[in-house]
Amino acid sequence: MDAMRASEHMRGPMTKTDRRSDREVVVTRIFDGPARIIFDAWTQPELIMQWWTPKSFGITFVSCETDVRPGGTYRYVMGHPNFDQPMAFVGKYIEVDPPRRLVWTNEESEDGSVTTLTLEEKDGKTHLVLSDLYPSKAALDEAMASGAIGGYPEQFDALDALLAEKRAA
Amino acid sequence: MVQFYQTPRFDRAFAAISDATRRGVLEQLGRADASITELAERFDMTLTGMKKHVGVLEQAGLVTTRKIGRVRTCSLGGRGLEEEAAWIERYRQMWAERFNELDKLVEQLKQKEKSDGRNASK
Repeated sequence: MDAMRASEHMRGPMTKTDRRSDREVVVTRIFDGPARIIFDAWTQPELIMQWWTPKSFGITFVSCETDVRPGGTYRYVMGHPNFDQPMAFVGKYIEVDPPRRLVWTNEESEDGSVTTLTLEEKDGKTHLVLSDLYPSKAALDEAMASGAIGGYPEQFDALDALLAEKRAA
Repeated sequence: MVQFYQTPRFDRAFAAISDATRRGVLEQLGRADASITELAERFDMTLTGMKKHVGVLEQAGLVTTRKIGRVRTCSLGGRGLEEEAAWIERYRQMWAERFNELDKLVEQLKQKEKSDGRNASK
């Protein structure tokens, strides 16, 4: 148990992914903190901007706007040296139930996924489940074929390269 | 992951090749990749009709399509398990990196709440 905690401390807790069905991918992770803090970090622009684009991605926020209520929209505008112009990631919130559940659409490409974030708090720790549900198997296959991840387009070569390097390391 | 490549897909493959047009499309794609528009013209069919046929072949894992700009190009062959596994791993890495940053932020916010709480109770 102590050994497990020590290794978690060094590498960070495990982020797991699972292709739950032919059109759904699920990510799980445990956080050492209450659900309300994590919910805020997913919904308040000044907090989102602090973690959504780690430095290693090479992407920077130009702006971040959220209108967190059912039917409300969000707009993340990001820049990358390879982009001619900043790119907007947009969609709308479908369900807003703080601090347990947030559902939103990803509309920067056609056939984007619907993302469901679920936060379950126990003893000060939060179990996070993130599901990306695509409208069809073809849509998820296409996301895979284009190399796009999490709504990122093909231009994100730098990220792909970086992740490949890390994988090889 | 492996289970998606078992029976339902097999059934879909049989259903897919039960149609003469779809067999023709497979034959055509065996010679060269083609866009949906080209296939529709060759088989004297509407774009919508050809999209449906290609969709069935795609679902069955017999054909893959790629959209480049406004053109969707079809190729023979299913997507490999390896390609899928690589994508899932990249996706996991992306979230793992974000979540490591989120950890730091959660820690900061917890500390802030603690000190705010202390200040409030003074």
